[in-house]
Amino acid sequence: MAEPKKPIKSVGSAAGEALAVRFATQRGGLAIDLDFTAPPGITVLFGPSGAGKSTALAAIAGLLRPTEGRVVVGTEVWLDTAQRVERPVHQRRLAYVFQGLALFPHLTAVQNVAYGLVAGDRRQRADQARALLDRMQVGHLADRRPRTFSGGEAQRVALARAFARAPRVLLLDEPFSALDRDLRAALGAEVKRYVAEARIPAVLVTHQRAEAHALGDRAVVVDRGRILGHGPVAAHIDLG
Amino acid sequence: MSWHPLLLSLQVAVAATGLAGLLGVALAALLARPRLPGRDLIDVLVTAPMVLPPTVLGYYLLVLLGRTSPVGQAFEAVTGISIVFTPVGAVVAATLGALPLVVKSTRAALEAIDPTLVQAARTLGATPLRAFVTVELPLAVRGVIAGLMLGFARALGDFGVTLMVAGNIPGETRTASLAIYTAIQAGKADEAHTFILLLTVVGVVPLYVATKLGRRAHG
Repeated sequence: MAEPKKPIKSVGSAAGEALAVRFATQRGGLAIDLDFTAPPGITVLFGPSGAGKSTALAAIAGLLRPTEGRVVVGTEVWLDTAQRVERPVHQRRLAYVFQGLALFPHLTAVQNVAYGLVAGDRRQRADQARALLDRMQVGHLADRRPRTFSGGEAQRVALARAFARAPRVLLLDEPFSALDRDLRAALGAEVKRYVAEARIPAVLVTHQRAEAHALGDRAVVVDRGRILGHGPVAAHIDLG
Repeated sequence: MSWHPLLLSLQVAVAATGLAGLLGVALAALLARPRLPGRDLIDVLVTAPMVLPPTVLGYYLLVLLGRTSPVGQAFEAVTGISIVFTPVGAVVAATLGALPLVVKSTRAALEAIDPTLVQAARTLGATPLRAFVTVELPLAVRGVIAGLMLGFARALGDFGVTLMVAGNIPGETRTASLAIYTAIQAGKADEAHTFILLLTVVGVVPLYVATKLGRRAHG
């Protein structure tokens, strides 16, 4: 019995804005030079491993400083090396779902989700976190620690934590690679719904064609640090 | 034989462990950053007390903290007591002995943390300091405690540097290890037996606990 889901409000976010990324950097002997725009919706960053996809996410998040580049969300400049502008990571309102999920092992599910919440007092944040866990159908895990979670459960908690941030940009690094096909479809649908409701740009890194087709509103195809194509998923990625 | 040396040793060791804990965790946090400039130099300076002869280290401290040195004069102006040849000097000596143990144990624990956990905290809006306090420190807590245990045991037993910097003044700076030395020198080894036994126990028990903690942290 699925309850009707309430849309999550993105507090103060300027929904409908695009993310514009251009950067050049060196990574493990590979020269990476990418330039793309991600409008609201899911942009799939598709390519083989080592193509520079994760580096792109790290550059958007500010986890690495590219040699040269510019990252702009709407009118908010996160990085502009020419102007010597660089917002620190914690001042870029984004959510990053890591490949290994990176749930805090010493915190309960509620504490994990509440970590990125700032508004309200402690109890209000916990209530908000519980509501998000409920929405992701893992409310029963609220007071447990990640060590006991199954792959799908951990993934749901990680998504709840990402959504709690009310991000202006959502970054997902192969988030479903450890899951079976049914779970992948269910959680992919959750991400799609969230992104559509919040009207924010999401960048999803994957090397799986089926996932790109199922989730992507458009695709950026990357290989060896260069963009090979940019546009509708079906036009650029064969289902094989 | 008076109990004063043992009491003094405990007081000095507690104070030194507290100081080494604060300083050591901060230094370990710095040293765990791969891109810190001068990282190796700091590492060497922190570790030096483990390898330098106590007389050499003690000499440097006397020069640096003595009553005519700027640091010594400033300390005396504020507190009214001298650093050298007082219990304060004994605390400084014991802190230097404990510091490398706290730093090494804490640093190893910090470096064992999955870096994406810290990155996750940062992307969730945490400043570097908040990420350290709420994610790194709790995950490294066993390493910190193990380091404090070892540091305490080390501080409790310091001999050479304490002798150089604080002297061996009965009822003032004569710690338990200095009392043992003095008793043996005076041919009264039997008077030292209680202290020898107590220092052995208080030194070995923390070592055992630290070893246990270290094993569980990595197992």
